[in-house]
Amino acid sequence: MTEEEQAVLDWLGEYFRKQGSGKSLITVLLALQEKFGYLPGQGMREVARLMGVSAANVYGVATFYNRFRFNPPGRHEIKVCMGTACHIKRADKILDHWKRRLEIGAGEVTPDREYSLERVACVGCCTLAPVTVVGDEVIGNMSTSKIDGILLGHDLDRKQKVDGATRETEGA
Amino acid sequence: MVVAYDAVRARASYSALAERARLAEYSVNGDKAYSILVGTATCGRAAGAMPVLDAFREQVADAGIEARVLEAGCMGHCYAEPMAVLKRPGYPGMVYHHLNPVIARNLVDNFFKGEDPLFEFLLGAVGTNESMLPKLTDLPRFGREDRRLLRRTGVHDPGDILQAVALGAYAGLPRAFELGPEAIVATISEAGLRGMGGAGFPTGRKWAACKAQAERERYIICNADEGDPGAFMDRTILESDPHAVIEGLIIGAIAVGARRGYVYVRAEYPLAVERMRLALEDARRENLLGDDILGSGFSFEVEIAEGAGAFVCGESSALMMSIEGKRGMPRVRPPQSVERGLFGKPTVLDNVKSLANIGPILVSGPESFADVGTQKSKGTAVFALAGKIANPGLVEVPMGTSLRELIFDIGGGVPGGKKFKAVQIGGPSGGCLPESQLDTPIDFDELSAAGAMMGSGGMVVLDEDNCMVESARFFLEFTQDESCGKCTFCRIGTRHMLDILEKIVRGQGSLEDIERLEELAAEIRDGSLCNLGKTAPNPVLTTLRFFREEYEEHINEKMCRARVCNELTAYYILPDKCARGCDACVGSCPVEAIFTSPQKRIKVIDQSLCTRCDSCRMACPTEYDAVARISPLADLPETEPRPEGNRGQS
Repeated sequence: MTEEEQAVLDWLGEYFRKQGSGKSLITVLLALQEKFGYLPGQGMREVARLMGVSAANVYGVATFYNRFRFNPPGRHEIKVCMGTACHIKRADKILDHWKRRLEIGAGEVTPDREYSLERVACVGCCTLAPVTVVGDEVIGNMSTSKIDGILLGHDLDRKQKVDGATRETEGA
Repeated sequence: MVVAYDAVRARASYSALAERARLAEYSVNGDKAYSILVGTATCGRAAGAMPVLDAFREQVADAGIEARVLEAGCMGHCYAEPMAVLKRPGYPGMVYHHLNPVIARNLVDNFFKGEDPLFEFLLGAVGTNESMLPKLTDLPRFGREDRRLLRRTGVHDPGDILQAVALGAYAGLPRAFELGPEAIVATISEAGLRGMGGAGFPTGRKWAACKAQAERERYIICNADEGDPGAFMDRTILESDPHAVIEGLIIGAIAVGARRGYVYVRAEYPLAVERMRLALEDARRENLLGDDILGSGFSFEVEIAEGAGAFVCGESSALMMSIEGKRGMPRVRPPQSVERGLFGKPTVLDNVKSLANIGPILVSGPESFADVGTQKSKGTAVFALAGKIANPGLVEVPMGTSLRELIFDIGGGVPGGKKFKAVQIGGPSGGCLPESQLDTPIDFDELSAAGAMMGSGGMVVLDEDNCMVESARFFLEFTQDESCGKCTFCRIGTRHMLDILEKIVRGQGSLEDIERLEELAAEIRDGSLCNLGKTAPNPVLTTLRFFREEYEEHINEKMCRARVCNELTAYYILPDKCARGCDACVGSCPVEAIFTSPQKRIKVIDQSLCTRCDSCRMACPTEYDAVARISPLADLPETEPRPEGNRGQS
């Protein structure tokens, strides 16, 4: 068992001790995902055991809802809004550009786990269309050049961190 | 069942609370203190409200002024975000628009330290005033608006229950205890309130049916699963005035005899969930929820149920399945939810806006509601105006207002000198109406007759640059993806329709495909259990009805008149417009498809590489405007071949 799998089992055991078994399956799965960023397979099997339902039942519910994910998210979660207002302002072009720049498809994670890309139905900021949610931040009036700017900003942040770390080691 | 609640004690407790709220005096109605309310709903934040909020906080601290800087919800003027209301003694609440941190600091210095209201940034003053200050109500859109549901949004801090109470929240509660269940239902029926989620079922009748059940254990649910992509009224109300919804829930619970309620909020609205949670805690602390509410003897508790992202969960039986923790699949009805709903118990489910209407109806009487609107649709309607419109945002108009007034007089029409093409109402279940239908009044029945529907209130305006076939395909893609899969016609039929539409937008359709679409539409409508399937063909049917020529052009001429469909459109740089020395397009192209022709020194697009990403058209300076879109592809002029090794830059 990997370290993460053990952590998932420990956390679930603790969760059920505290919350009892009266919670709805969706609530439990949401809490699990909130904690680990995704639904690990081991975790879903353990939820099934603790709630006395079949693993297929848990998997069936988890796959029914768009919010659940089965792979760890990237460090920067990119959600491209594909709602009506965004669509008519060419959100498809925005999604295409994210795909092109990150070299992944929607629903995928970059190999270095820096970015994950998702399409979402509507974040309710229709007047600022087209919209992309980067992490927790809703960014309106998206354009391809804005995407380049965001990625450049992230690159600079990373470089600064590396430089800072190097300086610290040098100083020590 | 005879229920007697202690209405006298409830009235006394409420009066004490209201008095406390009045004395607090820091809402925009108060006149003693300085306060700043920054609109920080999701849309405000996306427009940059948080740095503005910080700037106000810092500047107020630096200036040593005793002023409260609070987070309010949204006033619905999304085009003018970020916005803030500033209040100081001697002035009404002053609303400022398009703020940034610099203007924010200036406002504190000039308006709070000095007494210069900086009119250049002012949108208008709240309420009425005797001085010559421009009023919000003087703005053209306000002349036509009637703000009832949006009565408190954006002018108070929803995180402070006393401010909400000072502006009238929970005033309907003591009245509800005085009336008692029977009279509440009668009042709501008399007002003529219909379900604002889109279906338009009379709320009073729904409540009466639930109340009549023999089973004692009952539930009330607020449906805040605003799944229609393109609608955001419910989100705004939850974020900006959650107490209005809680008040409606409590009154509904008294009426139908429920002891437990749920607010089912969709997952994509984290801020709405957070603010609702906070509001519920506040209400509990003030004894507006929990045991023995306001000393009346009535007990009621509300819980938040978070949705997990499924459009079908807006359907009542699917929503209840979801709260129970199951896959949200609609079931066969009858029995109706009011007979056997959540956990098999009688349940009423009401939309956010229906519930927010309840309090004021009780306070001002049913006539105050019934006097507004049309014969069969009473009260007001809130629409989320978005798309190709000059002043997007939330608008609340009396039922019966025409679509034309809403789009052109209030929304300001289509920006950029473009031509209006259609308005999409009701989202994936609704339809697209053309210019000729714009005099249709907003009314549940009139809109349905025109082929659209009231829906949840999403209204997206399309202009000449939008392709109707493509937008029909978009909605079908959405409903196809969101079909829960229970009914064969919805699961497979929508897939077939989508396949056909995809063929047409690629220019590979045939005229028989149109007939097949119409056949499938009828079959899906008849063969589906719930409204997701029954209404899924609507976007296709209305576009076929009003924009059939666009389908035929895609099929016969391989042409997309809006020049949107990728396979039928090419990008072309007009030789006589290209500025030659400028490299803007070259730099913007993500696939290096643009090169400089050796002979004419103009930029040329290599059609074999172009992905039609639109970057070059955006990058081309407006004074040149040299990038054109051409459809059908047959009209594309011959271009020079790209020389070996040409990288573009001149």
